[in-house]
Amino acid sequence: MDASSGLATHPPAEHPAQHEDHGHDHHELPFWRKYIISTDHKVIGIQYGITGLIFLFFGFSLMMLMRWQLAYPGQEIPLIGNLLGRMFGPGAVENGVMKAEFYNSLGAMHGTIMIFLGIVPIAFAAFGNFVVPLQIGAPDMTFPKINMASYQAFFFGGIVMLTSFFVPGGAAKGGWTSYTPLAVLADKGQNYDPFWNGQTLWLVGFILLITSSLLGAVNFIATIIQLRAKGMTWMRLPFFVWAQFVTAFLLLLAFPPLESAVVMQLMDRIAGTSFFMPTGLVVNGAPLHVSGGGSPLLWQHLFWFLGHPEVYVLILPGMGIVAEIIANNTRKPLWGYKSLVFAALVLGFLSFVVWAHHMWLTGMGSVVSAFFQTTTMIISIPSVIILSAFFISLWGGSIRFNVPMLFATAFLPMFGIGGLTGIPLAFNSADLYLHDTYYVIAHFHYIVAPGTIFAVFAGIYFWFPKATGRRMNEFWGKVHFWPSLICMNIIFLPMFLQGMLGMHRRWYDGGQGWTLAGEKVWGLSGFQWNTPISIAAWVMGLAQIPFIINFFWSIKRGQKVNDNPWEATTLEWTAPSPPPHGNFEVTPTVYRGPYEYSLPGREADFTMQSEPMTESDRKAYETAAAAGVH
Amino acid sequence: MEIPYTVTARPDTGLWNAKVGIWLFLASEVMLFGGLFSAYVFLRLDADPGVWPHGLLNVPVGTMNTAILIASSVTVVMAWASLKMRKFRAYWWYMLVTILCGVIFLAVKLVYEWPQKFEHFGAFIKKDKLEKYEQYLGNHHLAEKGLPPRTEISGHLHNHDALHDENAKEYEIALDPVNADPTNPNMDRPHFLYVPPTEKMATIEKEDVEYANMFLPKHSAYFASYFTITGLHGAHVLGGVIVFTYLWLPVGTKLYKRNPEHLANRVEVAGLFWHFVDLVWIFVFPLFYLL
Repeated sequence: MDASSGLATHPPAEHPAQHEDHGHDHHELPFWRKYIISTDHKVIGIQYGITGLIFLFFGFSLMMLMRWQLAYPGQEIPLIGNLLGRMFGPGAVENGVMKAEFYNSLGAMHGTIMIFLGIVPIAFAAFGNFVVPLQIGAPDMTFPKINMASYQAFFFGGIVMLTSFFVPGGAAKGGWTSYTPLAVLADKGQNYDPFWNGQTLWLVGFILLITSSLLGAVNFIATIIQLRAKGMTWMRLPFFVWAQFVTAFLLLLAFPPLESAVVMQLMDRIAGTSFFMPTGLVVNGAPLHVSGGGSPLLWQHLFWFLGHPEVYVLILPGMGIVAEIIANNTRKPLWGYKSLVFAALVLGFLSFVVWAHHMWLTGMGSVVSAFFQTTTMIISIPSVIILSAFFISLWGGSIRFNVPMLFATAFLPMFGIGGLTGIPLAFNSADLYLHDTYYVIAHFHYIVAPGTIFAVFAGIYFWFPKATGRRMNEFWGKVHFWPSLICMNIIFLPMFLQGMLGMHRRWYDGGQGWTLAGEKVWGLSGFQWNTPISIAAWVMGLAQIPFIINFFWSIKRGQKVNDNPWEATTLEWTAPSPPPHGNFEVTPTVYRGPYEYSLPGREADFTMQSEPMTESDRKAYETAAAAGVH
Repeated sequence: MEIPYTVTARPDTGLWNAKVGIWLFLASEVMLFGGLFSAYVFLRLDADPGVWPHGLLNVPVGTMNTAILIASSVTVVMAWASLKMRKFRAYWWYMLVTILCGVIFLAVKLVYEWPQKFEHFGAFIKKDKLEKYEQYLGNHHLAEKGLPPRTEISGHLHNHDALHDENAKEYEIALDPVNADPTNPNMDRPHFLYVPPTEKMATIEKEDVEYANMFLPKHSAYFASYFTITGLHGAHVLGGVIVFTYLWLPVGTKLYKRNPEHLANRVEVAGLFWHFVDLVWIFVFPLFYLL
């Protein structure tokens, strides 16, 4: 280890001293060891990030196709209709017109890909892998090889999911929830292969993805517990680390019951068992030849036991990212750090006891419903605490509106809309009407799309300089931001209206054939609203082009910046950009909390966690403590 | 840069990394088996009276397997303790015994217990035809005693083709003792020891059968959960055996010579996993064999 003295800033140069002292693995690794099967947490983070972004755009493309069918049902898909027909066969797209089975495949795979191959890998695995060890001052994750295996399992899971589009009969059609007994019966029969069919591959892909998330979650928690730098006490952890910590616990404990359910559904499909097949099931007019005695409700319980914590898996990392960026760009400490931490922990605990609010319509019984309705009401409290703390953090700050901050600020109202519109769904009487309508779609997309995805974009713009030593272009960032924000709202706001008109989320014809969808709101019927929504979706697709170009262009050509371009306080900014293998030249020591902005008595308006205490700091903290600020 | 705390404990947590990792992994394993066991509870509570079978498994054999697993949990602790005392020979022998216990457990499952099920046959009789087969079911006798009715006739299937042949109209079965002599009070409760099918033959018309199959996973909710849970548990036993064998082979010796504490830690972690596998069996055994 070289004896470098300065901690706060380093020139973005080579670090030859490191190579000399370590006889082992510091010689140049071949390309495939360095970038393909690397055990370095930063490379794995970037692998997760880029793979995840590709899947995110792919999943979004599936939706852009569906939006055509919804706005113009039964019409030929322009430009690519024939190409799709050739790729997926006449069973999916005939004469350029999408068939119902293909539409169902698109819907099921859109949900699956966006959640499990897009958001979770980016928000949790990519940012977690890249940022968490840097923020806690660790040289790497605790188990680098397991970390690599985690990415590989994810990658093969993704490949299996993609492969399923090209097997006879196409990808899974049972919705991202794969409700039984429908999902057990789907993709079976003479036109399907007993193994290489959409639903079976969906299950196999899931086992790989669950394995991946298990390995990742164990690694994250162990890293945060074991590898915190000297002085990095629990209450000095950046909120992002806390968010990832809670998220990792959710993945660790909520995914395995789904794995057991996936194994059981595989048994149902391949070994002919009846875990989810009730007695006396009649299909196409003939009694089904299975032993029966199973329970479709069992699948729903096991699925939503994952499914609800999964919602917080999607949102918590986003909240963590937003917290970092808000504190950095308001140039003052995050308001209510402790409340935020405890709110995140409570959120984590409660998220395990609310799952059945997805199942009001199953007739579980009023006692069960009353219990879950109560817990669901309670869980809104920590969510509101977190959001309020972010809003209050903005108060009185001299806010720098750079691109990360624009996305982070937009996250707040968008997540607010998503969260508040969830409250009617939490009451089972209101949900009886709204269940499975576009209202539900609008509600959770507001949380995940302009919520988490905006947080993800904010994080990419924010940590890009750390990963590359260059920053992304501000102007094109804004060209990316504003159309995305506007389109998001044109897409999802009208869906609340459609939902309240009673339009069902899984209709293949966009509600064209349904009378009540004819009712006009602001001059357009429920069905006609599909057209502006679809156009906005396609425009939003175009609005991602500046981002894609900016991203790749900036890797090589972006403006060069120093190690701490945002003048931030957390430890990742003390490492060189990009950080070398092993991250820090000198293992950092932590002296203070994560958000020491505008500390009185200091010249700079940011004081890094690794800067030793001075006499003036002590006075400033004492004054603050006397005034009741902590 | 080296990752700290791979072998020695971090002072403030008192743990080295892999120990944190294995406990977290075991927590997720609890949830995995928890999901399966809750499915078992769900299915069993949902089952119609008399449908959930009893006494199909061989209790003495299961007890023996339980004892073998518990013994192996003891020997793996001895193996670890030997390493801590730097007695490598003793470690080697204890580890060998642990591995052999795991292999015997798996062999009993795969060679004896599972195949015996595959050769057994059971037919669930339609509700309105139960009376016709009263001589095999003895439901009047059971009703008098206030016991749940029988709906299944089981035994050894003589015309195996009948399962798939559309033209076959009936199943010919060498009856299990319970169906051969259904009113015998000895048959009111499940057997403790496995009793093979009798010589007594019965013919069951396919028309009268609700659902019939060999004792495969698809035979019933009971066998579905039995094979899934014991199968997954068996996979865990196999995983443990593989890891132990790896640590027992010369690879382990090499590591011992380089850093004995590191090998001891690895054995401890693998041992924790092994105890968990043992613990799962402690749940499996009563749920399927005894209750």
